[in-house]
Amino acid sequence: MNTKARVFKPTLWSAAIAATLVTCVAFATPLGLPPLAVPADNPITPEKVKLGDKLFHDKRFSSTGEVSCANCHDKEKGFTDNLPVSEGINKLKGTRNAPTVINAAYLHTQFWDGREPTLEAQSAQPFLNPVEMALTNHEPILKIVRTDPEYVDLFKRAFAKTGNAITMKEVEQAIASFERTLIAGNSPFDRYFYGGEKSAMNPAAIRGLDVFINQGRCVSCHVIEQTQALFTDNRFHMIGSGAKQMPKNLDDLAAAVEDVKKRGTDIAVLSNEKTSSLGRYAVTRDLTDIGAFKTPTLRNIALTAPYLHDGSLKTLEEVIQFYNNGGREKETDPVPELLSGGIRPLNLNKEQEADLVEFLKALTSPEFAQK
Amino acid sequence: MKMDRRTFLKTTGAAAMASALPISLVAMAFGEKNPAKDFSFAYISDAHIQQIEGSKFVRNWDMGLTRAVQEANLLTPRPDFFFFGGDLAQLGKKEEMDHGLEILSKLRGKAYYVIGEHDYYLDLGKYWESKISPLWYSFDHKGVHFIVLNSILTYDKWTHKNWADPMDRMLAMARLDNPEGSPFLVGEKQRAWLKKDLEKVDKSTPIVLCSHSPIQKIYKGWNFWTEDAESVQTLLKPFNKVTVIYGHVHQIQYNQVGNISFHAVMATAWPWPYPKSYVQDPSHLPKLTVPINRADPFFERDATGWQFMNLRTGNVDMHYQLPDNENRSVVFNRKTGRPQDAKYQSVGSRIPPQTHY
Repeated sequence: MNTKARVFKPTLWSAAIAATLVTCVAFATPLGLPPLAVPADNPITPEKVKLGDKLFHDKRFSSTGEVSCANCHDKEKGFTDNLPVSEGINKLKGTRNAPTVINAAYLHTQFWDGREPTLEAQSAQPFLNPVEMALTNHEPILKIVRTDPEYVDLFKRAFAKTGNAITMKEVEQAIASFERTLIAGNSPFDRYFYGGEKSAMNPAAIRGLDVFINQGRCVSCHVIEQTQALFTDNRFHMIGSGAKQMPKNLDDLAAAVEDVKKRGTDIAVLSNEKTSSLGRYAVTRDLTDIGAFKTPTLRNIALTAPYLHDGSLKTLEEVIQFYNNGGREKETDPVPELLSGGIRPLNLNKEQEADLVEFLKALTSPEFAQK
Repeated sequence: MKMDRRTFLKTTGAAAMASALPISLVAMAFGEKNPAKDFSFAYISDAHIQQIEGSKFVRNWDMGLTRAVQEANLLTPRPDFFFFGGDLAQLGKKEEMDHGLEILSKLRGKAYYVIGEHDYYLDLGKYWESKISPLWYSFDHKGVHFIVLNSILTYDKWTHKNWADPMDRMLAMARLDNPEGSPFLVGEKQRAWLKKDLEKVDKSTPIVLCSHSPIQKIYKGWNFWTEDAESVQTLLKPFNKVTVIYGHVHQIQYNQVGNISFHAVMATAWPWPYPKSYVQDPSHLPKLTVPINRADPFFERDATGWQFMNLRTGNVDMHYQLPDNENRSVVFNRKTGRPQDAKYQSVGSRIPPQTHY
C-alpha cells in the first residue's frame, strides 16, 4: 500500500474499519449508490432521525437565535445555501462554500479540508465557530435539550436518556443519523448507466459522459465505478482554486500555521482567507497538501452553485472553463506553482464543454429536482 | 543488522522527531557540542527540463522542478545554501538549461551546481561552464569541506569518436542499456586535482563529496556506476567522516563502504525502478537500502522529490521530501556507524508493497 496518497494512514485506516462495522440500513439503497456504512455505536433508528431532523433545524442553538444548520444547508437549495461563502450570525461571512449534506454520509472525511473524520464530529463544530452559530460553548444546547419538553420526550425515545445523561454525544449522534438518511441516487445518469434505461439521458448528456470519462479526465478524481458512483475519490488535490490567496512566502505561511495552532483549525480557516487557502495542509502540515481540498461529490451539482471551495465560480460553464484552462480562470493567468499534477489544459472545444454541462445536469436526484 | 525500533529512535533522537514534524516549523537541534557549526542545506536534482519546440517544454518536468523550488523556499530554519545535483537539461540544449535556470532562479539563496551527463554530452560542458558553474571545484563551509566532481566523463576514445553530430553522442549517452555506451569516469586529471585538494584538509574535517553518478558500482547497464570509483574512494579513505551524495539514479539508495557514507537523491522529474528487478546485468544495489514503495501512477509526482540535509553529527542526515508519498529520513547512526532509515530500517516496520494484479 502506497502510504500518504491514501486518505488514512494505515493504522488509522484499520482503526476506522474496526469502528465502522457495517450494519444494515433500514431502507433500500438508491440506484447508483453503494450500501451505506453506519458506525456500530450509532445505528440508525426512526426516533433518532426524527430528533436529528429537529436539532438540524433549531435556530436556538446560535448566539442570536437566528441560525440553524439548515440556514446553510437548506433542503430547497440542495442542502446548501447557494452563496459563494456561508453566512452565519449577523450575516458574518466565512471563507468556504457550504458543501451539500446530500450523500455526505459516504465521505471518508468531513469539511473541505477533511479535518473531521465523521458526521458526528463534524456536527458539533459550527455551533461554536464565531462566524457560524457563535456559541461560546455547547452548554446552551444541552440546557435546551434537557428541559424543552419536546426534546425531553424525543431523547427519551431515541436514547432512553434524560437530564444530565444527555450530552453532546447524543446530540451529535442524532444529527448524524438524520444526515445519514439524506442519501440520493436514482438520477438520469444512474438510470442510464446502472439501470440500462437508454433514454434516461439525452444525447448531449451521453456525449458529455464520454468527455467526462475520456478527454476531460474528470473521472480520475470524480470516480464512477462498475456498480455505483460517488463521484469522489475522497482525496485532496490542489486544483488551482485559491491560488491567489495562498501565502506567498515563508513568513505568511508561518503566520497562517501559527493561527491554526493558536485558534484551532475550524476557527482559523473560516476567519482568514489566507489561512483558508492552505486547505488540507492546515490539518496535516504536509507540503504535498498545500492548497489541496477534498474532491466533492458531483451528485446534485446543478442545484448547488456557486462552486469550488470558495464559491469563486458561479456556473458549471465557468467550472469547466476553469479545468479546461488547467486550473485557471483565464488562460492568461499564471500556472499555480504547487498545482496538482493531474490538473492541466484539456483542449476541450465548445461543444464538448456544453455536453459536459448537460451530463452534470443529469446527476440530479428526482427528489431534489426543481419542479 | 537488527535493531529494535525503540533503540533506534533513541539513538537518532532529534532528527527522527524532526522528520515527523512539519518541516516548515522545525527548529532543528543540530549538534550538541558546537552549535555555531550546525547548518542545513537543500538538494534538488535531475530536473531533466526538456524542450518540445520553441518555448514549449515538457510540463511535467517543469512542474516537478517548480514544486521542489517552492517547497525548498519554505524551509525553516533557512538552509545555508542549495545544491543542484545535475541533469538540469534532457538533451544538453542551451534552451533547456536557460529554462531550468529561470525556474531555479526563484531559489532564495546561493546555489551550487553539479553537472550531469544530460548537461554535458552535447557541447562537452561549454555552456555549463560559461553560464552556470565550473565542472569541478571545492569550498569550505562552517568547518565542512565540500567537493564537487564531474563524475560523468568517459573514455576519450568514446567521447571523441567520429560522431556525425554532437547530438548523436548526447543521445547515445542518454540511452539506457546501450551496448554502444560507455561507463562514467572521474578520470586521472580530476583525481590528481582531488588528491592535491585534499592534501591541505585536516583528517578530522568532515568531507561531503557531490557527484552526479554514484562513486560506487551498482548497475552498469544504466550507468549507476563510476568506473574508477575505487580509486576515488581510496583518496577519501584517510578522513574520519566522509559522505558522498549523488543524483542520476532517481531513487533512494544509501550505503556504507568503510568510512564513506553514500546517499542518493531523488529526481524532480521521474522515478527509475530499482535495478534489482532487472536481470540483464548483475545489480549491486546496496544491501542497506530500504527501497521506496512503488509509485502510484495516478500521482505524477509520486516517487519524485527533493531533500534537505544537516550535518548534526558531521555526517549527513538526509531528509527526503516526497510529494504524494511518505517523507523519509536516512540518518547517520553513530552506534552502528552507518546511515539508516529513521523509520523503516528494521524489516518489521516496513510497509508491505502494493499488490498489483
